[in-house]
Amino acid sequence: MHEITITSGRMNHGIDPVLHAWGWEIPVYLFLGGLAAGLLFFSAYFYLKGKDKTFITAVKTAPMFVPLLLAIGLGALFLDLSHKLYFWRLYTTIRLESPMSWGAWTLLLIFPLSIFWSATFLKDVFPRWECKIPMLGRFIEWLKEQRTWMAYGLIILSAVLGMYTGILLSAFNARPFWNTSILGPLFLISGFSTGAAFILLMSKDAEERRMFSRIDMVLIAIELFLIVHLFMGFLASTEVHIEAAHLFLGGPYTAVFWTLVAGLGLIVPLLAELMELRGLHVPVQIPALLVLLGGLILRFIVVDAGQSSRWLYKFMQ
Amino acid sequence: MARYAMAIDTKRCVGCSDCVAACQTENNVPVGFCRDWIVEEMHGQYPTLDLEIRSERCNHCADSPCVRSCPTGASHYEEGGFVLVTAEECIGCKACIVSCPYDARYVHPEGYVDKCTFCIHRVKEGQDPACVSVCPTHAFIFGDLEDTNSEISKVLRSRKNKTLIPEAGTKPHIFYLI
Ligand code: SF4
Ligand code: SF4
Repeated sequence: MHEITITSGRMNHGIDPVLHAWGWEIPVYLFLGGLAAGLLFFSAYFYLKGKDKTFITAVKTAPMFVPLLLAIGLGALFLDLSHKLYFWRLYTTIRLESPMSWGAWTLLLIFPLSIFWSATFLKDVFPRWECKIPMLGRFIEWLKEQRTWMAYGLIILSAVLGMYTGILLSAFNARPFWNTSILGPLFLISGFSTGAAFILLMSKDAEERRMFSRIDMVLIAIELFLIVHLFMGFLASTEVHIEAAHLFLGGPYTAVFWTLVAGLGLIVPLLAELMELRGLHVPVQIPALLVLLGGLILRFIVVDAGQSSRWLYKFMQ
Repeated sequence: MARYAMAIDTKRCVGCSDCVAACQTENNVPVGFCRDWIVEEMHGQYPTLDLEIRSERCNHCADSPCVRSCPTGASHYEEGGFVLVTAEECIGCKACIVSCPYDARYVHPEGYVDKCTFCIHRVKEGQDPACVSVCPTHAFIFGDLEDTNSEISKVLRSRKNKTLIPEAGTKPHIFYLI
């Protein structure tokens, strides 16, 4: 027998009986961050590849949504803070050891850059739009000449942002389910895959759709591989990590994870896209929406499961 | 420089929770919260049951993930090894809460993160932390590990002791005499 009880009746709000420090805000923030990273990456990458005439949605239209997505994501992060008036303290120091800190700084760089980047495409996306303020018009003209280096900057920053959404969690050794270096690449790839799905959803061009369908398939395949790897890593690790894996292999998260995330969010869209490539007609909207939903649910589950995996009091009823 | 630590004798502790109440009063801990708590761990098979009673709190770790994960520096080390939170620098992101393998922190109803301070305000005046002073069985020894003649240094040399989940790698500084 091995039993542990807290006999003094600890019931700290948000901590007991299971840690629940982070609610819906953090998964939403991570999802939008990953999606924005994906959109910016594809836009910048295909711009540099000279595809701005063929992949119009990816290069020009999709980035229009990024500032909004990032603003909602940052809004969610802000809502999560319990000492909101001190928010500005985030930007009085850089602490490289703290992913929360360098992530906040990355966002501070990528947010204005995404606005500038999309501003240079305003005229292409909205041909009838006229800039009423001459100063601003000249500024946008000047920005257009800076597109190349902006694109390089975006490629680097979007990779950092995509990774960060996973590293934020994997840096916490205290939560066995998060404590795996796979989360960084997994969230990066998943973010890029949601980005590709978002472009698929909006694109009206057959060639562009085919391209992003392919990209998405590759990304989904990598994601599945990383998920298998994640569990193999846990199962080959220490007792607490094995227990964390069992949350998904028989434990409370088994059904939601394997049906919603792995099944509907990855395998079904992968098959649908394969069928589409074989000439069978599947409306792209379906796999694209599934990928987006799967990505969102993945983050909810990972944030939640991490908080219910622990080192201490494992034998507590 | 001093390095404060606490030794708690599990052979003396009877689990009366006086330390919990003393802390709540001394530190004005908000109702419904606690900075220390009593854990009872039972091992074995009847009739050879083994019961260990522990008073637990923040371990004032020397390699604290809570300090590392804090984006603003609100969670920090104070001279003497105390791990503290500066309320006016804390944004309430809760990174430190999820980073602590001991679940020693919580969000104070006013929004900042709160936890055991080793009663630094008392220690600076030469007193023991409130939990240590109040314990009816004298189960606690609080003191400076740098001073080889301190009571805590001596007892850690002479008695078998352990820390909780040392494998989490945080270098905890609450020692349980077993
Ligand atoms: S016990 Fe937790 S809160 Fe205290 S110093 Fe260690 S990691 Fe930080
Ligand atoms: S909640 Fe406060 S003390 Fe904790 S990591 Fe965030 S800013 Fe630092």
